Amino acid sequence: MSVLDNSIEQLVQQVSAGEVTASQCVDESISQLKAQNPTLNAFVSDCEEAARAEAAAMDAKIAAGENVGPLAGVPIAIKDGICTKGQRTTAGSKMLENFVPPYDATIVQRLRAAGAICIGKANLDEFAMGSSTENSFFGVTKNPWSADCVAGGSSGGSAAAVAAGISPASIGSDTGGSIRQPASFCGITGVKPTYGRVSRYGLIAFASSLDQIGPMARSAKDCAILMNVLSGHDAKDSTSARNDVPDFVADCDQNLKGLRIGICKQYFENEPDGSGLNENVRSGVMAAIEQLKELGAETVEIDLPHTRYAVPTYYVVAPCEASSNLSRFDGVRYTSREQAKDLIGMYSKTRKVNFGDEVIRRILLGTYSLSSGYDHELYKKASQVRRLIKNDYDAAFEKVDLIAGPTVPTTAFKIGEHAKDPLAMYLADVFTASANLAGVPGISLPCGFSADDGLPIGLQLQANMFGESTLFRAAHQYQTQTDWHLKRPQSS
Amino acid sequence: MTTIDREGLKFSDAKLIIGLEVHVQLKTESKLFCGCSTQFGSNPNTQTCPVCTGMPGTLPVLNEKALALSIKTGLALNCEIARYTKWDRKNYFYPDLPKGYQISQFDKPVCGEGFVEVKIPKSDEPARKIRLERAHLEEDAGKSVHDESGKGGVSKIDLNRTGTPLLEIVTKPDIRSAEEAKAFLTELKLILGYVDVSDCNMQEGSLRCDANVNLHFTDGEEAVATPIVEIKNLNSFRAAERAITHEARRQFKEFRETGETIDDAPKQTRGWDDSAQKTTPQREKELSADYRYFPDPDLIAVVISEQEIEDAKSSLGDLPAALRETLQSEYGLNDYDSDVIVSAGREMVDYFRAVADGSGKPGKPNGKMASNWVGQEVMRYLNENAATIEAYPVAADAMAELLARVTAGEVDQTRGKEVLAEMLASGCDVQEAFDKLGIVKVDSSDLDALCQQLIEENPAVIEEIKGGKVKAVGSLIGKARKINPNVNPGVLRESILKIIGL
Ligand SMILES: [Zn+2]
Repeated sequence: MSVLDNSIEQLVQQVSAGEVTASQCVDESISQLKAQNPTLNAFVSDCEEAARAEAAAMDAKIAAGENVGPLAGVPIAIKDGICTKGQRTTAGSKMLENFVPPYDATIVQRLRAAGAICIGKANLDEFAMGSSTENSFFGVTKNPWSADCVAGGSSGGSAAAVAAGISPASIGSDTGGSIRQPASFCGITGVKPTYGRVSRYGLIAFASSLDQIGPMARSAKDCAILMNVLSGHDAKDSTSARNDVPDFVADCDQNLKGLRIGICKQYFENEPDGSGLNENVRSGVMAAIEQLKELGAETVEIDLPHTRYAVPTYYVVAPCEASSNLSRFDGVRYTSREQAKDLIGMYSKTRKVNFGDEVIRRILLGTYSLSSGYDHELYKKASQVRRLIKNDYDAAFEKVDLIAGPTVPTTAFKIGEHAKDPLAMYLADVFTASANLAGVPGISLPCGFSADDGLPIGLQLQANMFGESTLFRAAHQYQTQTDWHLKRPQSS
Repeated sequence: MTTIDREGLKFSDAKLIIGLEVHVQLKTESKLFCGCSTQFGSNPNTQTCPVCTGMPGTLPVLNEKALALSIKTGLALNCEIARYTKWDRKNYFYPDLPKGYQISQFDKPVCGEGFVEVKIPKSDEPARKIRLERAHLEEDAGKSVHDESGKGGVSKIDLNRTGTPLLEIVTKPDIRSAEEAKAFLTELKLILGYVDVSDCNMQEGSLRCDANVNLHFTDGEEAVATPIVEIKNLNSFRAAERAITHEARRQFKEFRETGETIDDAPKQTRGWDDSAQKTTPQREKELSADYRYFPDPDLIAVVISEQEIEDAKSSLGDLPAALRETLQSEYGLNDYDSDVIVSAGREMVDYFRAVADGSGKPGKPNGKMASNWVGQEVMRYLNENAATIEAYPVAADAMAELLARVTAGEVDQTRGKEVLAEMLASGCDVQEAFDKLGIVKVDSSDLDALCQQLIEENPAVIEEIKGGKVKAVGSLIGKARKINPNVNPGVLRESILKIIGL
């Protein structure tokens, strides 16, 4: 049994007490990475050298009796769209193939200060655009439960790393479901915090008003430990919230008596927007809700009438912001410059050569949607619908503490399955995108396996703004009664 | 096509319509969205950080000082101050624009409509209100440094300037002549200096101006306008004046030749070639650009409180227009003299007032005399020494004492200026200068004796005076001063006339 099979809580206790060294944790993690990455392709790069040095330094501190922080010795995978000082950060793009940031993202600083050790940079869809990690310049990440299937996206590498036992925790980012959906596909727990709860400084922006960094781990409690470290105001991020940060770990222990769980009828209607909710997913999620009721929660039927507009709204807002955010990648900086006869030619050619198809598709969508004449039709209308979606949540949270439903309508799909039909792929975000549009937090946790393909099913819980404590409370209590989160894929 | 008789048109038939866009660099120590220094003239790319170079993952954070200075400026320019202001992205590609967009303000600028009262110097035209459309905050771009050798070498990018806070002040098309444009810019610069929000150094680019110019013709029923031309980057008041004058002539000539009107052609961009003294066409491409403005999702909107506006108001102090008024009504100065003092800056006004108040009587300042001395003696010294009033060696209270003693007849104007020269030269106070120059008050018995002596020695002159040529007494004054330089000419003159019974 590996030291990494422990919960994060246990692992940190052992490291702090000197029972296990940080170096042992890193050794184990790096050897897992080396063994499994050729198959999984969960990592764009490893941080072996730096990780070993950090672990040795930490062991010296522990030997000297120094305090080493709440994540002492925890190997962690960081999505490669998050900047790490001195360590190549590619965002899954050829455009940033050789980009080495001169600074750490705020969350990387916080993780390091808490004693976590970055063992590698996890693969992702290029610039976080995708729901399958098939759009990475560095190749597809495979699902540890089935090598034929995608790990989900865009934080597919981060999800696969945890599911495969390479690292007990990872960091992802979620713009329309990019943490929750791969967590669901890979059978782990992943959290999209409230917008503003976690600093975005150092996250290579996809869609700034939707992006949020969050933790991925095996259990809700492990995620809560990470969230305690990640959360809090950052003066470098103007959109960062100044709200107090509760002790999420302590909040896990509250029971569910009196908790009101909203069941949104739109989530279970057969085709909320043309996507089908898979029957196995439906029954898995329903069983999980029954379990929550047994724990003391009650269910209330609620209405989120604008759910069906979440995906189209998302696919206007996100590309608009992306088209602007990605303007900086122009060939003047960051990448090799293509030769052309004039300046505009150089920009066009450099961008054409260095961006993948999905990124170009979304830049074009965004540029079109913001163009004068269309901006009222598209961007402004989408912003109005976004407000309606937020209003739906506000009304729902007057009646309930949580909203429960499936994370994704299906289990992980086959690699290449949606290659010819990007619109079908976009529908994977149908249950997740609205939380990003409204800014509310959500968690995905494993709640069973499909009888058809044996792949994990995810339960999504959503809470009101800054209501993460309620998410952790429900998810942890559920995990004390179930062992879905402890199941491991055969291969690892 | 117009039915106006173009052949018969004279230039004087054209009404010149001018609107200005002035970029003012705000006086902050750091940039608009990061902590980098805004100092001018450092080595290229030494004042940059991941934020202002737009590195992936970085985020802007508003410099509150820049917003406060914008509010202050807006109040000084009689603008409505927004209670809610936000940030927008202006998207375009350019090598010195590292993010591929500029953070600016589109539909909710910090300052709304306002005005500046402008009077053309030395003209009889009354002051006119030039209305302002808006003033918005934005970040500056970097600088492209091109190979000037003409050998087609590399172009380099200096990002020191990126992110420097600019306030763009946009007038309505209210300006009617090149002189008025210059007067507007002069007054604007003066106000910005009074409220201490910008260095307004045009050489360093902290005040830059674009001018939108066209001509209107009316002929009975019909009114036509020539296509609008934007003249970019005018970097001195003189350049602005000359460029507008030239452009007006050029448009007149073009209209006579082609008859092209605003309906036939889009807005055009031209540059000012200072060596050739003419405007030249620039690329059209930028004009048709679609900037795809949208709210910057990285920056939260700003709510400006009544308290912040009140605080800014109370920090403004008196503004030039109000001070000109005060100098005229309370100190009795005329238009011209009050403008001379006010145009020299707030410190000069303070100096002047202290001199006028200190050398006059309570409630009755010695305005005109103080204006003469400050406007001539003091300013000449400052010009010759390229100094500002803060560096003037004679403090206001010392100057006031000197003028009071001149007024009291202890010393005449000419000797008074010698006293001032002594004070400037040696740094001494008024009494010490008097002592050094041997100036003592001549007592009345000495004066009487001197008068007697002059009367006896100059019988011819006395006859002349008695005969009605009172002016001839002047020649005696000269003689008297050779005998005793401390003699006050006025007093001596009175005494002589009294003794000879006139
Ligand atoms: Zn900077």
